Amino acid sequence: MTNQATIDRLLAAFPAVEPSEFRGQTRTVVPRESVFDALAFLKGDLGFDMLIDVTCVDYLAYRGARGRFGLVYLLLNTGSGERLVVRTFVDDPEPTVPSVVPLWEGANWLEREVWDLFGMRFEGHPDLRRIVLPEEFTAHPLRKDYPLQGRGERHNFPVITRAEG
Amino acid sequence: MALELPDNVVITRLDDLVSWCRKNSLWPMPFATACCGIELMATGASRHDLARFGAEVFRFSPRQCDLMIVAGRVVMKMLPVLQRIWQQMHEPKWCISMGACASTGGVFDTYSVVQGIDRFIPVDMYVPGCPPRPEQLIQAIIDLQAKIQAEGTMFGREFTDPERQLPKRALRESVGGQ
Repeated sequence: MTNQATIDRLLAAFPAVEPSEFRGQTRTVVPRESVFDALAFLKGDLGFDMLIDVTCVDYLAYRGARGRFGLVYLLLNTGSGERLVVRTFVDDPEPTVPSVVPLWEGANWLEREVWDLFGMRFEGHPDLRRIVLPEEFTAHPLRKDYPLQGRGERHNFPVITRAEG
Repeated sequence: MALELPDNVVITRLDDLVSWCRKNSLWPMPFATACCGIELMATGASRHDLARFGAEVFRFSPRQCDLMIVAGRVVMKMLPVLQRIWQQMHEPKWCISMGACASTGGVFDTYSVVQGIDRFIPVDMYVPGCPPRPEQLIQAIIDLQAKIQAEGTMFGREFTDPERQLPKRALRESVGGQ
């Protein structure tokens, strides 16, 4: 739950932000252009000092989708206990957002994971490499247009015979 | 001509003697990646007591093992590791594919999970179950002991059989058909 005063201050600074509430959780949709500034404001002025998670949703073929990818930041104010969900919509091709590593050091691996699985580019990330999948993997498998059973990566290995063993 | 032997002398084939020694001192390499590994630990613990079959000495160095027990799903990032460990084990060596995931991929029919390790390394014994109970793993070890006793040779001639050269699935796919 987020205090109304917090939301009001956010809205005063960023009028394009759309707040909403669902089951006691406060969500905000921030335009992609101002997402870094809004997060910096939330951290610096409103005390959201902890980044819980960065994750992503692929809205391909989703009814009423406002963009291909929904990037989600979960924030926590450790002083007041307020939590806030910040969402921004990013579109194909070459989905790109500014990295928040300058704000929260812990975003490093979270953003690498989103890059690995969704192919979201984070501008200004110090070390944007794959984190879960092998380096030689070419696709981003949590995208909805990636087939569930893959493109043969799981069978692309040498066969070890008894003689070689 | 009857051969007079003292009571404390037994005559046997050398192959049989060597196989008898090998089958009763299998040293497992636990390649445990998932919940099957818990059953594997239970098998080695006191209630089920794998020591009764001479296979209680789990070694975490492949150089010291001769039985690889692959317990759990193997993902595509892990398979090169599995193959490397298998290659580091000394002959004679055997492999038990424990559980549905190691044998077929199980319910994980996804891009990252290898659909049966027998596509890529030779497997001697499969254990069904999700996960199998320790009794089933013990049965597999007993069956493997019978196999070693039945076909084992001192210099491992049984391994040069062309039928056993390739992993089973790969062999079947190379002659056609899925």
